[in-house]
Amino acid sequence: MAAGRMGGLCGTNFEDPFERNPLTLALSPSRGEGTKQRNKQDPTLMQIRSQVSMVFHLDKCIGCHTCSVACKNVWTDRKGAEYMWWNNVETKPGTGFPTKWEDQEKYKGGFERNDDGSLSIKSTSKKKIIPNIFHNPHMPSMDDYYEPWTYDYQNLFTAKEGSDQPTAGPISMIDGEKIDVQSGPNWDDDLGGSEIYAANDPNLAGLTEQQRLQLSSVERLVFFYLPRICNHCLNPCCVASCPSGALYKRGEDGIVLIDQQKCRAWRSCVAACPYKKTYFNWFTGKSEKCILCFPRLETGQAPACFHSCVGRIRYLGVLLYDADRLEEVAKLPDDELVEGQRSLIMNPHDPAVIAQAKKDGISDGVIEAAQNSPVYKFVMEWKIALPPHIEYRTLPMLFYVPPMSPVQASKPEDTIHHNSNNLFHDIDDSRVPMKFLANLFGGGQEGVVRYALAKQKAVRWHRRAETVGDIDRATADRMLHEANCTREEADAIYKLTALCTYEERFVIPPMHREQAIEMMKEPHEHRAETGFGFVGGQTRGM
Amino acid sequence: MNARPMDQFLFIALPYVCLFTFLLMTIYRYRQQSFSYSSLSSQFLENKQHFWAVVPFHYGILAVTAGHLIAFLIPRSILAWNSHPLRLYILEISALVCGLLTLIGLISLIARRGTTTRIRKVTTVTDWILFAMLLIQTVSGVAIALFHPWGSSWFATNLSPYLWSIFKLNPDVSFVTAMPHLVKLHIVLAFLTIGFFPFTRLVHLLVIPNPYLWRKTQVVRWYGRKSE
Ligand code: SF4
Ligand code: SF4
Repeated sequence: MAAGRMGGLCGTNFEDPFERNPLTLALSPSRGEGTKQRNKQDPTLMQIRSQVSMVFHLDKCIGCHTCSVACKNVWTDRKGAEYMWWNNVETKPGTGFPTKWEDQEKYKGGFERNDDGSLSIKSTSKKKIIPNIFHNPHMPSMDDYYEPWTYDYQNLFTAKEGSDQPTAGPISMIDGEKIDVQSGPNWDDDLGGSEIYAANDPNLAGLTEQQRLQLSSVERLVFFYLPRICNHCLNPCCVASCPSGALYKRGEDGIVLIDQQKCRAWRSCVAACPYKKTYFNWFTGKSEKCILCFPRLETGQAPACFHSCVGRIRYLGVLLYDADRLEEVAKLPDDELVEGQRSLIMNPHDPAVIAQAKKDGISDGVIEAAQNSPVYKFVMEWKIALPPHIEYRTLPMLFYVPPMSPVQASKPEDTIHHNSNNLFHDIDDSRVPMKFLANLFGGGQEGVVRYALAKQKAVRWHRRAETVGDIDRATADRMLHEANCTREEADAIYKLTALCTYEERFVIPPMHREQAIEMMKEPHEHRAETGFGFVGGQTRGM
Repeated sequence: MNARPMDQFLFIALPYVCLFTFLLMTIYRYRQQSFSYSSLSSQFLENKQHFWAVVPFHYGILAVTAGHLIAFLIPRSILAWNSHPLRLYILEISALVCGLLTLIGLISLIARRGTTTRIRKVTTVTDWILFAMLLIQTVSGVAIALFHPWGSSWFATNLSPYLWSIFKLNPDVSFVTAMPHLVKLHIVLAFLTIGFFPFTRLVHLLVIPNPYLWRKTQVVRWYGRKSE
């Protein structure tokens, strides 16, 4: 089988020159018309691909940063990569990493929709590449992240005898000079309510003055955690912007990688990724990014950050999607994007979809993985997981279950007074304003976020009625009904949220890439092309 | 051919050694060490002076190099263009302006590398040697434009034939032996730079991303073609 598929391949380039381009598809009339009028019953108009996708359940994240440290130790503990956090955990509201990455007025990440409905890359598009290649005007600098530092431990041994204890002062990991540390990654950790950090969160846009004030008042102070990795987007802006064609999406599983041999340090991807998840290695002169631990996935293990997650908030599984409609969806108006992205994702139990998937070369093992995918349940069946900042139009494939938050409180006199007397308060009384969550996860639309939170709340009512019994069954059922949820569904959500095993959280499709690689390539060469590892040492220049 | 041995060395042996090194080493390096083909941009470490140094330098040096190439490839058209004094002046002044732009950019580049500690850390000895070569080359070029005017014409009549004679493997140094010393220096340094090219970060010039302009927007790699 593997040998048959490799038949047409020779040389070292795996790029398929006839790969259909999602952004120019509409130009071909037959396809374009077909996509417009296509209905799901007619699978001949689909092109099914599989994507390893993710869900982060924010209600479970405890902000321990174990994930970040696991990733750092495995992948970015190297010269030039010290400042990179392929996985980082942010406190929201907060300014994030790099500082205010969501402020696209400043960073110009992602795509923008032009007046005629077409898309263009905000930073360095094809038109702008010629003037911008020497100096990229939207390239963040190290100061937007932080200057990595260590401590001068040697001084503890070599300091001259004196009247006070020697200290190990901070020194820069770039130039070795003493530095005065002003900020670093997670400088705003847990600083909800801070006037420097929380108050400058770009997601506060559209909140009333009163809501903002409440967010920073002591009684209402609130924050939650947002762990972030590369979203391995369906319409990756990083890939679209690379002048060398060094970035690519793997056809079989959708993982987005940077070919280290082809990267020439034009830096376009760093500016283009709206999530700021490609990083420039200042020492090797190459960009690097999260590789979703594909060497682990290929051997059936979850990525390091998933595996180590203390809160067990992370889920990984396959989604099947219709690659022919990518462009159409990426161009939808802002308020239709969340639904639009869902419409791309195909039901892996539908016989027509299965037949087409097989036709498109997706193996039985992957289809089976898609049918058991926890991500499909969260995103499509229950609709409680939402994409981050879908308005950047890269169609991210990491989804977040929005977090529940404590009830609002006010302190008119001496006692704190809760605005709600219910056991589980109304979601609109939550301390995190709905609009804030909508800016993060709903493309500005509150409806989809409200739906996800209402369902989570209903699950709690239901489980409380089942296990404690201080809520009567009828009330719980009414709650479920209002949240468009059944008892069975609520139990399933509860189970996958609270009692999930390793095998339920991570349904890793069989990849068998190791065989293909060994037969076709020199393994060391392959390592460099796939974003890590180097032939002849990781040196700079010659 | 009875050129002095010194001239024979500088204008026959050296050019061939340098051109040969260029050809062999760029290919060898591309095949063996593709990873090292990088512009090694330092914009990430210092983002403000970068603009004022890199942009004038690149526009300047690209224009100047293109001018030399054109005069080499189509000398007759240049001479025809220069037959009107006004057009000659325009060409000469533009060349001088581009040369000065390069010089200003280059000096800013050197200053930026020298004064920013972060950038000094990522600057190698090779970079400094290259800077020195480019600086002497640019200064001598600008000086030639000032002190030996109408270079666009005499390049076409004298240096083009010399360069062609090199490429036709029938070197004839009679065109260059009579040149002023400044011009000789410029020629020798030009060949040395070409010979040094494959060992420096200049190789990024060979991988300028022209396919980007017509490639499809998204790139997908498969392990095998799918059966349709
Ligand atoms: S999150 Fe950024 S780096 Fe990752 S695929 Fe999307 S655009 Fe590319
Ligand atoms: S390890 Fe898990 S629980 Fe801890 S911060 Fe990371 S995502 Fe959150």
